[in-house]
Amino acid sequence: MAENTGIRITDLRKQYGSGGSVVEALKGVDLQVEPGEVVGLIGPSGSGKSTLLKCLGAVIEPTSGQMALRSELIYDGAWLVSDLRALRRDKIGFVFQAPYLIPFLDVIDNIALVPMLAGVSNTESRNRALELLEALDVGHRAKAFPSQLSGGEQQRVSIARALVNRPPVVLADEPTAPLDSERALSVIRMLNQMAVQYQAAVIVVTHDEKIIPTFKRIYRIRDGRTVEEAGEGRLC
Amino acid sequence: MINLAWRDIRHAWSKFLFTGAGLGLLIGATMTMAGVYRGMVDDAKVLLDNSGSDLWVVQQGTLGPYAEPSSLYDDTWRSIRTVPGVERAANATYLTMQVRKGNTDVRAMVVGTSTVSYGDPGQPGYLVAGRQITRGHYEAVADMATRFSLGDSIQIRRKQYTVVGLTRRMVSSSGDPMVFIPLKDAQEAQFLKDNDAILQQRRRTALNPAFNPPGQPKLLDAVISSQSTNPYVNAVLVQLKPGHNHGKVADEIKRWKHLQVYTRAEMEQILIGKLIATSARQIGMFMVILMVVSAAIVAFIIYTLTMGKIREIAVLKLIGTRNKTIVAMILQQALGLGLIGFIAGKLVATLWAPIFPKYVLLEPGDALRGLLAVIVICSLSSIIAIRAALKVDPAEAIGG
Repeated sequence: MAENTGIRITDLRKQYGSGGSVVEALKGVDLQVEPGEVVGLIGPSGSGKSTLLKCLGAVIEPTSGQMALRSELIYDGAWLVSDLRALRRDKIGFVFQAPYLIPFLDVIDNIALVPMLAGVSNTESRNRALELLEALDVGHRAKAFPSQLSGGEQQRVSIARALVNRPPVVLADEPTAPLDSERALSVIRMLNQMAVQYQAAVIVVTHDEKIIPTFKRIYRIRDGRTVEEAGEGRLC
Repeated sequence: MINLAWRDIRHAWSKFLFTGAGLGLLIGATMTMAGVYRGMVDDAKVLLDNSGSDLWVVQQGTLGPYAEPSSLYDDTWRSIRTVPGVERAANATYLTMQVRKGNTDVRAMVVGTSTVSYGDPGQPGYLVAGRQITRGHYEAVADMATRFSLGDSIQIRRKQYTVVGLTRRMVSSSGDPMVFIPLKDAQEAQFLKDNDAILQQRRRTALNPAFNPPGQPKLLDAVISSQSTNPYVNAVLVQLKPGHNHGKVADEIKRWKHLQVYTRAEMEQILIGKLIATSARQIGMFMVILMVVSAAIVAFIIYTLTMGKIREIAVLKLIGTRNKTIVAMILQQALGLGLIGFIAGKLVATLWAPIFPKYVLLEPGDALRGLLAVIVICSLSSIIAIRAALKVDPAEAIGG
């Protein structure tokens, strides 16, 4: 296994149900993303994208296979870490289709909450949050509440929240779906920039035709299996 | 660490405040019900305190004079006065009726009291204005709750009385204000018939050969005279000399005079345990219902608030929030709502208590018990919402 791999998945399988009513959602997925790299994960509805994302996010348990984060094996037929909650908090960042910010926390605390949950001091957590907000060009909105932000600003805040604990992996589930072309491209640009800056391996699940050409590498998932394709990498 | 519950309340403070205020009205109603009960108990105690007596002597086999009718000859007090340990003994009558003033009338307990010497049991203990009754007839001392004033002319049955003194917190066990009048007037008022009835009674007596036998004209006069006077009182109130055992003196009177005697503790038991027992149970039922309704409302509000945050809870779980943090958030919100409700409830209960026609006694101990009940109710009510929140799957934050 390469030393610098961000995330590596080998022959990952996931079955739902039991007995005669087994549905095999993932039939042996192989995937590898390097630190600082953003890859696209595309496929039709029901192809297994969400199941793969949930397995990667440690919210459902795969049936078999292997998963490693930064060369540390976390799943090998069974979870090798005891505290999945801590794993999600410290090692995986999430960006959702809708930002799902906590409506009663201001922007800076929406982000700072994540390191605080990990035991980082309030001051340090807020400093980290502010640094990310500045980097994502929404530092001036730090004291605003989510309802006072535009859709693009909210998504940038959710990117900041995903990165604040400097996780090796960021999973983005249709992050540009509610945005227009310009804002969608802006979000992808930022994800790329942040991936490089924080050396995170970013997997973007998308249907969005506007952003598919921006990926250098794409994993196409069909019938529970992934096929790696070269992308156009047109990010300008 | 950020306090999520407090932040949520602060962010949507108006929603919490108005919901809490609405809940507060319900809590206020519950506290008022408790206050009404306490007021009834206090009225009963005040009635006993104000009578200034240690023992109540009443007709044998009755719970008089407040709970049941009791009738004693009005010279009974003289023989009771001779019992060792008795300092003072005085007659008393009690009659709850409408007392008129001009075109209006007031529900009051008319107390016939001894005017033989100042300080006899049954007399109003203190006055806030005016003086005690000094004449044998047609003077009255009224409680301020009657809204009578000094010099007012009030009508009891057919007689007019002048208000010469005012008292405060002199009420019957049902909260009716007292009007004190001389004993003889009260005895007359208790059995006073109208003129037509007196005429009819005299005619009937005259026609009865047993009362009007030939050759004995004075017998008819004697019978008619006995019919037009009332030699009865409802109770003899007894004050004891210091150092005498109430129970022993009561036993002496029971044994030698063949009368029923109640001590202060027994009379309190009659008033609280029997006279207002049904009302107390009624109030208790209302309080239970109000508490159940409050619990249901808190549970519904907290459940609705939590269900409105399901996505956020899923996200919180996904990003690594501990279950206990989420439980604390919901529990603290329920308690916050309860606290707002309690403060609002205490405030409105205090504000509207004086408007109630009967005495509402809001005791600090009841407020403390109410606060504990609110804490328990809110904690229990949040269980449904907590269970729902704990069932939220972090995977719900991820689409698909």
